[in-house]
Amino acid sequence: MDVTEQASSKEATKIENEETSSVEIKVLFFARARELTGVPDLTLKMPSGSTTQKCMDELVIKFPKLEEVRGCVVLALNEEYTTDSAIVKHRDELAIIPPISGG
Amino acid sequence: MTSEEKNLVEILEEGHKVDVVKYMDYVSAPEAGAIATFSGTTRNMFEGKTVLELRYEAYVPMATKCLTSICNTARSTWDIHKIAVAHRLGPVPVGETSVFIAVSSVHRADGLDACKFLIDELKATVPIWKKEVYTNGEIWKENSEFMEKRDSLGQKQEQRRSCCGSKVRVQEDEEHKDNNTSS
Repeated sequence: MDVTEQASSKEATKIENEETSSVEIKVLFFARARELTGVPDLTLKMPSGSTTQKCMDELVIKFPKLEEVRGCVVLALNEEYTTDSAIVKHRDELAIIPPISGG
Repeated sequence: MTSEEKNLVEILEEGHKVDVVKYMDYVSAPEAGAIATFSGTTRNMFEGKTVLELRYEAYVPMATKCLTSICNTARSTWDIHKIAVAHRLGPVPVGETSVFIAVSSVHRADGLDACKFLIDELKATVPIWKKEVYTNGEIWKENSEFMEKRDSLGQKQEQRRSCCGSKVRVQEDEEHKDNNTSS
């Protein structure tokens, strides 16, 4: 049991160190954005301190087709509308929201 | 304080029809002299094209939060008893209800105004999408209400905790007095 605990605490330290240089966020795609990427969600690794705009840049590199909606999407961070300059944190959820059409 | 108990917000998963009677029953009360409702129904034509069906999808947790926030904003502006908002997801055939809003109030003016506000805000800020499927193609629709508000959606986040960041609340001091008495 001791060995396991030691191992897991070591693991924790390792992860912490990694977090200082990069963060992992979950990205959600909806409607037209989902059709363009072909996936509903993915995990994105970004340097620490990245803005949502930087994440979007990265996503357009991964999925060039997203360029089509880039100019008209809004972003939500952890279920709230956000700005391009907001900083993403580890395990944040970033949603790519094309023009909405409820009702 | 207990306003949540007087708001019913439901995003209905695919295959569940909007049960209008359920929401009417929910908002009705002996003290409410008026029930204002809005029902959004799929049309059979758009710009001359024949619509087969509409398909809806939502960012469900955020849509639910947004709708609850909009209900509470309405409560702070008008004297309202109960609110029910339901939005259907998945395919909705022509002629069926996709969205239903019911607002009960002591007097009709509050209910009618709040009902209009609720559907306008829903169309402008709640993350729900619809695709129109025609006999010869399909298209993701875009609400003009959203396009007008798009740039301001994320702006006021530091000032407010709700997810729908851009509501402008116009209210007189007199109206403010009533806020804490409802519930």
